Amino acid sequence: MQSEPAIQIQRLNHSFGKSNLKKQVLFDVNLDIFAGEIVLMTGPSGSGKTTLLTLVGSLRSAQEGSLKILGQELCGARTRTLDRARRNNGYIFQAHNLHSSLTALQNVMMGLEVHPHYSKAQMRDRASAMLAQVGLEERIHYFPDDLSGGQKQRVAIARALVSHPKLVLADEPTAALDSKSGRNVVELMQRLAKEQGCTILMVTHDNRILDIADRIVHMEDGYLAPQAVLASRR
Amino acid sequence: MNLLRSFVRRTPLGWLQLSKEKSRLLVALSGVAFADILMLMQLGFQGALFESGVQMPKSLNADIIITGSEIINFNNADTFPRGRLYQALDVPGVEQASPLYLSLTRWKHPITLEKGTVLLLGLDPNLEQLTRPDVKAQLDKIRLPDRILFDQNMRGDFDAVIAKIQQGTVPTTEINERQVRLNGLISVGSSFASDGLLLASDQTFLRLFPDRASTKVNLGLLQLAPGANADQVARRLDSYLPDDVQVFTRQQFVEFEYGYWKNNTAIGFIFTLGVAMGFVVGVIIVYQVLATDVNSHLEEYATFRAMGYGHQFLLGIVLEEAVILAVVGFLPSLGIAVGLYHLTRGATSLPVFMTLARAGGFWWRRW
Ligand SMILES: Nc1ncnc2c1ncn2[C@@H]1O[C@H](COP(=O)(O)OP(=O)(O)O)[C@@H](O)[C@H]1O
Ligand SMILES: [Mg+2]
Repeated sequence: MQSEPAIQIQRLNHSFGKSNLKKQVLFDVNLDIFAGEIVLMTGPSGSGKTTLLTLVGSLRSAQEGSLKILGQELCGARTRTLDRARRNNGYIFQAHNLHSSLTALQNVMMGLEVHPHYSKAQMRDRASAMLAQVGLEERIHYFPDDLSGGQKQRVAIARALVSHPKLVLADEPTAALDSKSGRNVVELMQRLAKEQGCTILMVTHDNRILDIADRIVHMEDGYLAPQAVLASRR
Repeated sequence: MNLLRSFVRRTPLGWLQLSKEKSRLLVALSGVAFADILMLMQLGFQGALFESGVQMPKSLNADIIITGSEIINFNNADTFPRGRLYQALDVPGVEQASPLYLSLTRWKHPITLEKGTVLLLGLDPNLEQLTRPDVKAQLDKIRLPDRILFDQNMRGDFDAVIAKIQQGTVPTTEINERQVRLNGLISVGSSFASDGLLLASDQTFLRLFPDRASTKVNLGLLQLAPGANADQVARRLDSYLPDDVQVFTRQQFVEFEYGYWKNNTAIGFIFTLGVAMGFVVGVIIVYQVLATDVNSHLEEYATFRAMGYGHQFLLGIVLEEAVILAVVGFLPSLGIAVGLYHLTRGATSLPVFMTLARAGGFWWRRW
């Protein structure tokens, strides 16, 4: 594949707490993900998946080892650098985390407002187009409270993808959904990612969606298990 | 330009958050308005304290005012020998000097016989010692002995008295066990020192206070020759006259009176404290509202941070909310305060008025 991986993690360690209470949750994690790949991460609860994802997404700063995202080293990076790096990512949480005072359209527009170069009109156009792509063109002026769980998660996906991020990070995005809407949401992500050519790293417990992955990695007690190549299975 | 652009494209999150919860917003705004009203009322009282204190000093028709050296304030102007006024005429630039007598005194309501405290002024009906038009027009009515001009804005119920005076049936009452006749109406109003003003000729004044010698006067009103510099003449007078008098320009005298009410009375401090308390109440209310709002949006804010919005952005939301609460809460409180000022004016006859400065937030200014 490509020469430079979109995500390049080497000998990454991470601990919470200080001195006596210090608890290491990631041990010598190594992982390369190439542009355009869809990688799923599975593993038991408490094994460190969310921690790794938040590190990759610049939500917390890496302490030890090397973490290169889109060519930029984030280990030991400053707050401002992290703030900026986040704008390149689309982050999807377990809960939709939509802003309840904003309509679906306004929520999606927030995904663009963080990039200073869009005008208001451009933001509105792109956001409604994105909502149409996730099948919510009829609901763009609904508030989150008036949408179903699956619809809310689709708005969250639209918000994450509207700025065409190079990297999409998703932390159990289907956990709060029934299996059918879960499946829909994931397929939607897969389709959009392929269209936009972005890289996806998704944490999931959901066995029914493993087939969308190009590759699955497994986290166990802070160690990332050998990478199984699944593309052949398809 | 850039700022305007970023303002236009910015989602007004603070406003949207506040307006989503209508009832919470209403409670928050009432809280802010309440604190504002509290402060405006205290400021109104304080303003009335000052204004009622200086309105007579302001209406003195004089360029320079001489008082006894022990003067506390206008209402308690210590006496000094009248001879100082003749001496003052020696100083170049001084054209005219006239005495003014005054005394805070008890009197009786002409009909109910209730006692009250009034400021009685004794002036020379042949001179225009006050600039007030209502006084100037009625000087003839106090030329005869024991005739008095009555303050129709006096604190208390004087409707019947006023009606009588207007009909020309002159009511009488007693001051210092002497009968006086209320011969005309002026409109001054009460102050924190007196219920209102009574105006008599200097002759009447001295008859009412037989133990006061005419040679002891309270204020000396000096008028200067055209073109004379008041500050200069005041300085010359100050060094020329003995130490038992003080010399003020009109402006200085007004400032002196302001200073007295502001710094030397307990009530001036109480109003300042009242304003401070209103402010603290407002801060607590706004803090409470904002803290609750931030708390109920923590997840959304965390998501914004995850999307790449900086800390500033979140501060901006809170700031926007604070500004909205402050401005939108202030406007109705302004209206309500004006109404309450009106009620207070009716009840106390104090000059409680909304000033432009106060309505504009420049509460410490006097315009
Ligand atoms: N902010 C934190 N402070 C302290 N410990 C944490 C924190 N976040 C996670 N942990 C601990 O790190 C370990 C891994 O957590 P996490 O990455 O959330 O696991 P997973 O997402 O795989 O369930 C857990 O033992 C958890 O208790
Ligand atoms: Mg987790």
